[in-house]
Amino acid sequence: MTTQTEVSTGAQPPEPEVEKQRTWRDYFTFNTDHKVIGIQYLVTSFIFYLIGGALAGVMRTELATPNPNFVQPEFYNRLFTMHGTIMIFLWIIPAGAGFANYLIPLMIGAKDMAFPRLNAVAFWIIPIGGLLLLGSFFVGAPQAGWTSYPPLSLLTGKAGEELWILSVLLLGTSSILGAINFVTTIWKMRVPSMGWNDMPLLCWSMLATSGLILIGTPVLAAAMILLSFDLIVGTTFFNPTGGGDPIVYQHMFWFYSHPAVYIMILPFFGIISEVLPVHARKPIFAYRAIAYSNLAISFLGLLVWAHHMFTSGTPGWLRMFFMATTMLIAVPTGIKVFSWCATLWGGKISLNSSMLFGMGFISAFLIGGLSGVMVASVPFDIHVHDTYFIVAHLHYVLFGGSVLGLFAGIYHWFPKMTGHMLNETWGRIHFALTFIGLNLTFLPMHELGLLGMNRRIALYDAEFQLLNLVCTAGSYLLAVSTIPFLVNAIWSWIRGRQASGNPWKALTLEWQTSSPPAIENFDEEPVLWSGPYDYGIDVLSADSEESVEELLSEVQADVR
Amino acid sequence: MRKTVNTSSRITILLTGIAATLFSLWYGQNNGLLPVAASEDASQVDGIFSLMMTVATGLFLLIQGALLFSAIKFRRRKGDETDGPPIAGNVPLEIAWTAIPTVMVLLISVYSFDVYNTMGGLDREASQDPGPQKVSYRSGQHPGSELLAFDPGQKYLALGVGASPQQKEEPEEPLPVEVNGIQYAWIFTYPDTGVVSGELHLPVGRQIDLKITAGDVLHAFWLPEFRLKQDAVPGRETQLRFEPNRVGEYSVVCAELCGAYHGVMKTTLHVQTPEEYEHWSQEQQIAQADKLENSVAATPNSRSASEFLAPYAERMGVESQTLEQLKASPTASASN
Ligand SMILES: [Cu+2]
Ligand SMILES: [Cu+2]
Repeated sequence: MTTQTEVSTGAQPPEPEVEKQRTWRDYFTFNTDHKVIGIQYLVTSFIFYLIGGALAGVMRTELATPNPNFVQPEFYNRLFTMHGTIMIFLWIIPAGAGFANYLIPLMIGAKDMAFPRLNAVAFWIIPIGGLLLLGSFFVGAPQAGWTSYPPLSLLTGKAGEELWILSVLLLGTSSILGAINFVTTIWKMRVPSMGWNDMPLLCWSMLATSGLILIGTPVLAAAMILLSFDLIVGTTFFNPTGGGDPIVYQHMFWFYSHPAVYIMILPFFGIISEVLPVHARKPIFAYRAIAYSNLAISFLGLLVWAHHMFTSGTPGWLRMFFMATTMLIAVPTGIKVFSWCATLWGGKISLNSSMLFGMGFISAFLIGGLSGVMVASVPFDIHVHDTYFIVAHLHYVLFGGSVLGLFAGIYHWFPKMTGHMLNETWGRIHFALTFIGLNLTFLPMHELGLLGMNRRIALYDAEFQLLNLVCTAGSYLLAVSTIPFLVNAIWSWIRGRQASGNPWKALTLEWQTSSPPAIENFDEEPVLWSGPYDYGIDVLSADSEESVEELLSEVQADVR
Repeated sequence: MRKTVNTSSRITILLTGIAATLFSLWYGQNNGLLPVAASEDASQVDGIFSLMMTVATGLFLLIQGALLFSAIKFRRRKGDETDGPPIAGNVPLEIAWTAIPTVMVLLISVYSFDVYNTMGGLDREASQDPGPQKVSYRSGQHPGSELLAFDPGQKYLALGVGASPQQKEEPEEPLPVEVNGIQYAWIFTYPDTGVVSGELHLPVGRQIDLKITAGDVLHAFWLPEFRLKQDAVPGRETQLRFEPNRVGEYSVVCAELCGAYHGVMKTTLHVQTPEEYEHWSQEQQIAQADKLENSVAATPNSRSASEFLAPYAERMGVESQTLEQLKASPTASASN
């Protein structure tokens, strides 16, 4: 391994701390190492994924039959409120931040994030916010949906609703702190030779994501604080009985929460752009188009929020304006999907777990994207708004997109993070179960919505039962699918085959150090010897059997 | 560099492409995914869905096909440790997949705009926001005219889907019905006759003008077979205008989360022949007049949610326990 050479370049005085190893205790402390924090994020959010998934399991069990016989309707409303909030604020957003935390300093050749202490604070807010939210089950969990529209949210129990607000405020704060850190780190801490267009695409994704977080989250916070006043003090910002306007809340809420969709998907766009070229052994197709389309999505993403309000108190011209912007956002998203396909086309694809999840991501996200264009059309959206069609759409984007992308990332970087390889067979079984379960659960929901089944109901017409049974069966399959993953991850972490520094022969900088990386990431300043995706160079060098690693050591020797 | 695709597979790809296009065109028209359309507006919306479904099916087959093809054809062979070709982009291709989707979404936008205009979505009286009005009525009372907003020309304003440009030309006045959403029922008032009902009866072939309000929290008035939905907002009147063209029974669904029993907030829309409708209307007027004689103080409007629900509850499969909860529901606290 090139990076394990003990030769000091002189820039860094040899310190004994290179020998220091992370112990499991470090992961339970206020640690400022971005790699520890990244793993803390990922593990914590995965625990919340299991909790959120369990809630979904209870909901699907209830929905197996038309009548409310498993849980009370009131409790059902608490379940979907908590399910949505947990999956968004405690699973997908923090998991994205976890990857970014772990990978960005490594990818740009930095020792840590720009503000390590702030970074640790941002992480530790998450378990606090999460426990606060879960604690609301003891005082009557919120039951007005994750959107928490007033006046309903003002009438369904003060304690639970206020805990929900506080939790969202805390998690929003964490997300803002993280965003400040990502922007500064990417901007200022790249190795000197890395220009903007040499950055791995995950960096571009995180720049776009952070921009959205910094612009959107304060507006959500404002909405939460005003809602809090209405709830506790009895002001009437949003309460019509005092002349307040519930529609204003919806505007404020969606001004954040539409961009939140991109906050949840952009990091995984980045991850997919990293995973596909490595396992297809081909350069990413159209680097600049993918990089800049992040910025286009980010910008347009700030101008589409009212598409969630096409049937609300919105005038016709406004509906038309937001239809046009929403339609347009399909273009940069489409560019990405086409480019990913072109990356695979003609490559030498290893169908390993990471790649399977990567291709599954494109396949499922495509469905979410296509239904997304459909619901952008105002006349059609008026029909399907607040129905199971929307439930299907959002899960194809957030499960089919974000979560499959997340697993692609885990299978890809697990060796780097833990120093152990995951078991491939169990990884493929995990993929098969997840992919089949996902489609079984969410595909029939499109039809349910079109036929007339509204969302957020514990009881429904008997005519919808058959399709609902299919969805419930699919959700059980999804529940089962986490078992092979959990067993595989835990087993491999402890006993898995040792991973080399660069088991995938990848070109981005995080693979130039050992697995797991040294505490200060690189024993010596890493060398940017190629672009992040310059695969196929060895083909040009006339049948030479030189591996990437050898090339790499050669270049490093040259530099020395 | 090796050629990734040879001539014979080019032909295969071309033929598959044609087959996929034909299938998309067929599936867009014949997917049968939507319920019956009971108005001209609904058929128009279905037209958009057909177009979008055609495009979506085409793209679905293209991308999934490419993925599947890649997974089989471009799989790494055992022992092959070399990389693929170093192709990092293709400008004409990139321009094509930027331009074609742009044109397609613009096309869908223009089509949607046109349909929305034909439906009456851009009716000036329905597409301007009068702003929120203070809710001043007490629980159970139907909001009166104090809620109506007027533009400077004293024309009635309410958000939603209004009269289509073509309907505006017609001399016939639409049939007005006031819709009030409360936890967990819809109450329909016919201002012309004073009839109040928990089910909606409408004559076929006549323009209907629904004025929609909510008494407590947000609801959404959804007619799946008419592809129409509009939120009912406390303190802000909204409207839907449409013309049923098919006799039958359709569902009326509340589509905005309004509380624990949101799922039972459903009723039936009876689209009847004008004669049947007249007959029903007469019957209701007589019945209500009798009632008025029997109970001096009671007005039909003062019935509470649970009273309204009681007759329908059994049919909807609601247990008595549900009704108990309803009686203690926060309807009262909502507007106090
Ligand atoms: Cu959105
Ligand atoms: Cu309702």
